[in-house]
Amino acid sequence: MLDRRPTFWALTLPPLVWLGAFFLTPLAMMAAFSTRPDLRGRLMDPWVPSLHQYEVLLSVPSYGRLLAISAGLAFVVALCATVLAYPVAYYLAFRKGRRTGTLLILLLLPFWTSYLLRVTAWKFILGSSGVLNSLLLYLGWIREPIEALLYNRQAVAITLVYVWIPFAALPILAALQRLDPSLLEAAADLGAPPVRRFLRIVLPLSLPGVLGTFFMVFIPTVGEYVTPLLVGGSRGSLYGNIIQDFFTKAANWPFGSALSMVMLVTTLALLAVAVRVVDLRRFIE
Amino acid sequence: MTTAPPFRIRIPALGIYYVGLIVLLYLPIAILFLFAVNAGTVLAFPLKGFTFDWFLRLSESTAVLKSALNSLGVAAGSSLVATLLGTMVALVLTRSPFRGKAILFGLSVLPLIVPFVVLGVALLLLFRAFGIGLSLWTVAIGHSIVALPYALLIVTARLAGFDPRLEEAAMDLGASYPTTIRRIVLPNIVPAMASAWLTAFTVSFDEFALALFLAGTSPTFPVYLFSQLRFANRLPVMIALAVLLTLATLALLLLAERIRRVE
Repeated sequence: MLDRRPTFWALTLPPLVWLGAFFLTPLAMMAAFSTRPDLRGRLMDPWVPSLHQYEVLLSVPSYGRLLAISAGLAFVVALCATVLAYPVAYYLAFRKGRRTGTLLILLLLPFWTSYLLRVTAWKFILGSSGVLNSLLLYLGWIREPIEALLYNRQAVAITLVYVWIPFAALPILAALQRLDPSLLEAAADLGAPPVRRFLRIVLPLSLPGVLGTFFMVFIPTVGEYVTPLLVGGSRGSLYGNIIQDFFTKAANWPFGSALSMVMLVTTLALLAVAVRVVDLRRFIE
Repeated sequence: MTTAPPFRIRIPALGIYYVGLIVLLYLPIAILFLFAVNAGTVLAFPLKGFTFDWFLRLSESTAVLKSALNSLGVAAGSSLVATLLGTMVALVLTRSPFRGKAILFGLSVLPLIVPFVVLGVALLLLFRAFGIGLSLWTVAIGHSIVALPYALLIVTARLAGFDPRLEEAAMDLGASYPTTIRRIVLPNIVPAMASAWLTAFTVSFDEFALALFLAGTSPTFPVYLFSQLRFANRLPVMIALAVLLTLATLALLLLAERIRRVE
């Protein structure tokens, strides 16, 4: 054991130092910076901590509203991605024959192509002189381009669902593969029709995977800012975009830090809920 | 995976659904590929004709190539750091009983959960506060943090399936713990580390949300692509390179998957 001690520290210290320096310290500094009351002086000049930025944040209802909208949009996106991915996971889990692995890789490949590029593709598709509009014009189905396709929250939601679907199938698939086929056999022997077998056995037992998928899509989507930047326009921007704005265009870093802290706390709270819900299900199992 | 259920399910309908979804998933990517070989600079119907011109013009577009090289360097460096640190954490988590295990694990996977916009601005604040100029180095540092959880999870999965009694046997026979790690553990997890490295590499190579905040005057490829999006005439060349890079990424990932399977 004595021999192990130095090795333990040799293995633990480098990651701890690295994560401490470039993960915890920046977040802690942001927390500290959000208590800075004004922009006077240089970046690291000492300041008297105050909750001024949070007071401003709370006094303007549009920030809270935007956070609620972002969470609502993330909720809808997570719901759609989960529902759309479920049949695919079901198909891959229960289909007969070989090549299931190949079919799974085929599904996952788009997730590993450039995220920016896939979002950009939707910009080309939905734009007023884009693929969809020009195709419809060319075919003579519409007289003038439909402007409402791009630069709104629907475009953001559609693009995000598209981006998440391949990934969303994974936790559901894992849950379905753990399902014991003899349970279904027993239910069939006892005379349960297929729909009932699905509703009473398959669906409840795959619920941990379903919830896993839901939260794995929901939580990161609340803080999303790249997709709204590309296909959302000014009408489709989300909470993440105002954080970005306050650190770039508006250059009000203390207020941006306060906005970020709210985002961080929201995310961690959602994570706490997710861990409780998903683990609880496992516990019941 | 292939166990047939002992009951009838409507597989044909599901098969059609699967095919339809795959078509929908690949359609936008296919449209980009079309853009790379379309003679017009605007992607609209009717198409202007087939050309390889954009690919040929790549060799003249030094700024585009430079940004791709930047991404390559950032990805190579950050994935190396992420893999080494992720492996260290994985070794400690699976092989040493100690209090605070949950904390170390939580800390190491938390970068997956913290929104990129929050981590991006926090790192920007850190670098600015300490007077560190933004460069490819700062991007690489950010990427090493977000790629670490991937590396950790991949290597941990391998270590969990590897019998710890082999190490005990080595130590009973008189090998020191560092020697055991070097001679017994490392050779067994090298494939997992390679797979982790390739995954971390692709994570970094595609990463845009952090890089947008942390890149200085020399952009990575996604940042450069973003900055060029509003110039329609330069887009086809960018897309042509993006198509080539996508194919390269996919090749790397299939390689990573194969390495992981071989073990």
